[in-house]
Amino acid sequence: MVEDKILTISGIGKSFGGLTILKDISLEVEKGERIGIIGPNGAGKTTFFNLLVGDIKPTHGKIFHYNKNITKQPNYLRAQNGIARTFQKNNLLNELSVLENLLLVLQRRQGYGHKWFNRREEKQYPDLYLKAYELLETWGLSHRREVIVKSLSYGEQRQIEILLGIASDPSILLLDEPTAGMSQSETNYIVKLLYGLPRELTLMVIEHDLDVVFGLADRMVVLNDGEVLTVGEPDTVRKDERVNKIYIGTGDED
Amino acid sequence: MKTIVFKLVTVFVLLGLAPLVLSLFHLNLLSEILILAIFALSLNILVGFTGLVSLGHAAFFGIGAYTAGLVSLNLSNNLLVSMGASIIVSIITAAIIGAFCMRVSGFYFLMLTLAFSQMIYSFIYQSTNITGGSNGLSGIPNAVLSGFEFSNAVYVFYIVLLVFLATYAILGIIVKSPFGQVLIGIRENELRVKATGYNTSVYKYVAFVLAGAFGGLSGSLYTYFNGFIAPSDVYWTMSGNVLIMVLIGGSGTMLGPVLGAALFVILETVVSSYTDSWMLIVGSVFIIFVIFFPKGIVGIGQSLMRLAKKRKLKYDAKRKSKAA
Repeated sequence: MVEDKILTISGIGKSFGGLTILKDISLEVEKGERIGIIGPNGAGKTTFFNLLVGDIKPTHGKIFHYNKNITKQPNYLRAQNGIARTFQKNNLLNELSVLENLLLVLQRRQGYGHKWFNRREEKQYPDLYLKAYELLETWGLSHRREVIVKSLSYGEQRQIEILLGIASDPSILLLDEPTAGMSQSETNYIVKLLYGLPRELTLMVIEHDLDVVFGLADRMVVLNDGEVLTVGEPDTVRKDERVNKIYIGTGDED
Repeated sequence: MKTIVFKLVTVFVLLGLAPLVLSLFHLNLLSEILILAIFALSLNILVGFTGLVSLGHAAFFGIGAYTAGLVSLNLSNNLLVSMGASIIVSIITAAIIGAFCMRVSGFYFLMLTLAFSQMIYSFIYQSTNITGGSNGLSGIPNAVLSGFEFSNAVYVFYIVLLVFLATYAILGIIVKSPFGQVLIGIRENELRVKATGYNTSVYKYVAFVLAGAFGGLSGSLYTYFNGFIAPSDVYWTMSGNVLIMVLIGGSGTMLGPVLGAALFVILETVVSSYTDSWMLIVGSVFIIFVIFFPKGIVGIGQSLMRLAKKRKLKYDAKRKSKAA
């Protein structure tokens, strides 16, 4: 049954010098599962993601993608193998257009990244452009196609951040606070898009907006102080006193 | 593709007429501009498109120049042989230096390229029995191609022009290709490009070798043009000069480095006929560009075009309202 686990995280931890950020995290993720990750600031949520995508290497512990040990695999290979992430802070090619941002992701996925002796234009790569237009259409960004990313609104940039993650056609998508800094209406729009993602896509979502994450997730992981406080279904976790104490209802009882 | 070929042929014909109208002095000036333009274009692949600022690019210019000179002197003065040797030796050198330089970025990359190029400089400077040392390499025979000798400035000019156009066309396609777009992505945000699944180190390495190859090519042309090579052509000030050409012209554009090389050579020639401290003027021009026109000559051109367009729109609107 091990084959079903798209990710197996076994006892990973990360220390920077004497400072321990993550202690000993173990988690098994099923294919198609949607996992919400919550926890107070400094709980180690983003560090956890950075370990999974390979931006940093764990101090101890192992990570398996299906049965393959990917603990030492560099980040670009993990991305090629279908582990994609979005960043907590927008991390885009700001001086390029929306379309150019998207094409860079798509051309990698279609295996055109190393082609060096013809221009990347619609005539040469019709399938590439068609796919890009399709995605922009679905995401309601067609009219912003030629706009330079830095002149988009924050919410639109956030949307592109997520779109780029999905465009790489991953099997697991790690979303780091997808609705951070967005207005309520923008949040609603993003949430609708996230709900509409195909069920076979495995999602891991760090989110501060608890309504968003409880609605989306099949299973919640609560991190606190570099450790897993509890794992469980959203309803159970919502009622968990410890969770309420550290995260949700602080100040209620005191 | 057809339009590119058409443009190239037009430019070739126009520039090809230069020997008929220009004096020998000015023709040589034009040849020098085109050679340095190739050199600047090659550096622009690194600085302008990949975002790697190298302060050691003269190493490749020098290696190309000395290889062409030494091959012509000792082996064969066939143009294709010496030029091919220059490119191959440059590629090998770039592959070795690049393997080290790719491990670092930013300021450290700049310092490491500088260190390597100065090592090559001191090797050339001290290997008196091979390179002539501080005396330079002289007595290099004219290049020959299937019995035709490139014996005068006009012949050399045509070969320079041909290589320049080929370089411009090839690099112009590469930077627009999917590969080139990855380089631009690395310049803009390497972390994002990595997260997208590109092994950015490999892309940067290829860019480095590519820049080295074309840098060496320009060096070999300089040997045919000058018939003499001095070690100062490998000195770090040469790296600084070509960096200035790229930045003044407009880095990250194709036309920029060419205009930058032209302005540099013209400034050097014109100003140095009046005063020995011509570098002072070049320096001032550079400072003015960096502060007021960071996008270089090409940037100024673009701004003017935009302004003209706005004016025209305004004018059209006015006329319309008057008519109404």
